[in-house]
Amino acid sequence: MAKNDLVSGSIWDEYSNIVTDRMNNPQHQGEIKEEEAEALNAELIVADFGAESCGDAVRLYWAVEKNTDKIVASKFKSFGCGTAIASSDIMTELCLGKTVDEAVKITNIDVEKAMRDRPDVPAVPPQKMHCSVMAYDVIKKAAGQYKGVDMESFETEFIVCECARVTLDTLKEVIKINKLSTLEQVTDYTKAGAFCKSCIKEGGHEIKDIYLMDILDDTLKEMEQDKLKEAADTTESGANDFAKMTIVQRIKAVDAVIESDIRPMLIMDGGDMEVVDIKENMPHYDLYIRYLGACSTCSTGSTGTLYAIESVLKQKVDENMRVLPI
Amino acid sequence: MEVYLDNNATTKVDPKVLEEMLPFFCDIYGNPNSLHRFGAGTHPKMLEALDYLYEGIGAADEDDIVITANATEANNWVIKGAWTEYILNGDKNHIITSEVEHPAITATCKFLETQGVDVTYLKVNEEGVLDAKSVKDALREDTALVSIMWANNETGKLFPVKEIGLICKTAGVPFHSDATQAIGKVKVDVQANDVDMISFSAHKFHGPKGVGGLYIKKGVALPPYMHGGEQMGGRRAGTVDVASMVGMGKAMQMATNTMAIAYEQNHVGMLRDKLEKAILKLPDTVVIGGKENRTPNTTLISIRGVEGESMLWDLNQNGIGASTGSACASEDLEANPVMNAFGSDSELAHTGIRFSLSRFNTEEQINYAIEQIRNAVIRLRGISSSYAYTPRNHVSELEAN
Repeated sequence: MAKNDLVSGSIWDEYSNIVTDRMNNPQHQGEIKEEEAEALNAELIVADFGAESCGDAVRLYWAVEKNTDKIVASKFKSFGCGTAIASSDIMTELCLGKTVDEAVKITNIDVEKAMRDRPDVPAVPPQKMHCSVMAYDVIKKAAGQYKGVDMESFETEFIVCECARVTLDTLKEVIKINKLSTLEQVTDYTKAGAFCKSCIKEGGHEIKDIYLMDILDDTLKEMEQDKLKEAADTTESGANDFAKMTIVQRIKAVDAVIESDIRPMLIMDGGDMEVVDIKENMPHYDLYIRYLGACSTCSTGSTGTLYAIESVLKQKVDENMRVLPI
Repeated sequence: MEVYLDNNATTKVDPKVLEEMLPFFCDIYGNPNSLHRFGAGTHPKMLEALDYLYEGIGAADEDDIVITANATEANNWVIKGAWTEYILNGDKNHIITSEVEHPAITATCKFLETQGVDVTYLKVNEEGVLDAKSVKDALREDTALVSIMWANNETGKLFPVKEIGLICKTAGVPFHSDATQAIGKVKVDVQANDVDMISFSAHKFHGPKGVGGLYIKKGVALPPYMHGGEQMGGRRAGTVDVASMVGMGKAMQMATNTMAIAYEQNHVGMLRDKLEKAILKLPDTVVIGGKENRTPNTTLISIRGVEGESMLWDLNQNGIGASTGSACASEDLEANPVMNAFGSDSELAHTGIRFSLSRFNTEEQINYAIEQIRNAVIRLRGISSSYAYTPRNHVSELEAN
């Protein structure tokens, strides 16, 4: 609160001229019919996103040239407010002439930037930032249809705040590194929750799978546990003990770390793992594991995820630990 | 042409009201509480204003009408007054209201909930009103207050005040009604309807902003909300805004006399009906809450495929001011409670447009508005996905969600 907040302005005053122009005269609104796509030797793709009952809905038409994957015609229809219509119009324009693979890289942030009059002044007020998110979602939907895959597959990370495209991993990392303790701090540090505010907690404009409030709570709890474990570890000197352990004790020790540190992360992505065996292969301890759920088909199972599991076990169990998925 | 059709938000000050107010800025500027001639000089017009106010709502001379800064203050006062008078001492712990009240009631009740008070928010039916019986059913031994609006701001629907008044009188529970949207549009008679308190605001009936009132029936216990002086018979401290009080009195007289109400009912109502009929001629349109039992100046219409804010946008571009309860048009992206009552996830919540007229609207203006509304609907439906072309082999997913 300050002088600037005391007389609230109209949200319309904060729309850029481009937004205003595109709302008044959208350049790419319209449809593509089967015959038109055929005449272009292109495949017609029609993607729907949103619903009138949610306040925002968009239909995107693409004519995609068959041998080049190039979007040779692009049109939209949109039910929504002025910024939703303007975002759809710009999004449709950005798709034009690109290949489907290139188009799917266009994000809501690109759409918003393309609507700015001046590079450093946002095109819409914070609460309207979300309108461009749908413009991005419908591209993914269209690309998914063209390629015959699920639209979610274009998103490699779990995005918590769509307006600012902040991932779950980033949030946890920033909270931990900076030892953040309030939601305001999380928004200040990451920009997550600064725009439509839906991701902060339940009850906002959109229903989300996970909210900043829960992420902060969970991460704070994790940090507390980490602290406790660290304290416990320094008193125990785990590495020496592991060498002296029986096989049952070893499995128990490994399981404990999996349960507390590894499994929660895997479950978040719909996966899991189980321990198959531990073999001594001096100077290493070889831990054979089997991936379950989403992990079993995930390509990072042999790279990123595997390294992460291994490094946690090296840290917490024994530095000679090696993890081998079977 | 400019056409103002947002009179439930605020109204233009009637020039005759302004004329009454002007002497009280530079000429008759004394403090009404002063003993000298400068102070006393304010009294005749203040008394005249009270006459108009009492007559306007049918109050008895033994009752009080306290001048407040607005209806929001009056509403806060009633709710928090019931809390300090009946609840904090442990006698009672329950308030009954509806889910479609103005935030000045709802937010105040929510605050009291954080202080341990039980609040019942009565649901409205598909017409946007509640059944008086639901008040009866919700009454408890420990109910301290019932607060139900007289007319709804979005739909204009009138609530069964008389029945609720009788129920509360029988049960011996104080009954307050926020009459902000009713005064000047329908006859508001506090005695005939057995209400104990009503709130109102001058700027909704062509008076100035920043002044309102609270009617308090004789014998109703309500401790002061503002402390610090003996103004208003000790019920509200603070130097009275004389010009505003005089203005509100004049505005009340002009809005509530028999001729004025008849004009509102017939002429303003006729213009509203004309506008409404013309919009309803467009396909896929519906009056939200139905046409029965409403204030004559208001219509809330859903226009399928046209999102409320974009409709307002197009109308604004063409000189017309209206309103929408759509979440997209609000600062905080929250749909207003009336829209939520009709189902925040329904199309209605996003396609409702409210037109609220006043005695200053002309038929020429309405004709112009009709033309502009038609143009906007045609343009926006042309862009809308709700009316988009669906190719043969495409299964639409837009209505599925």
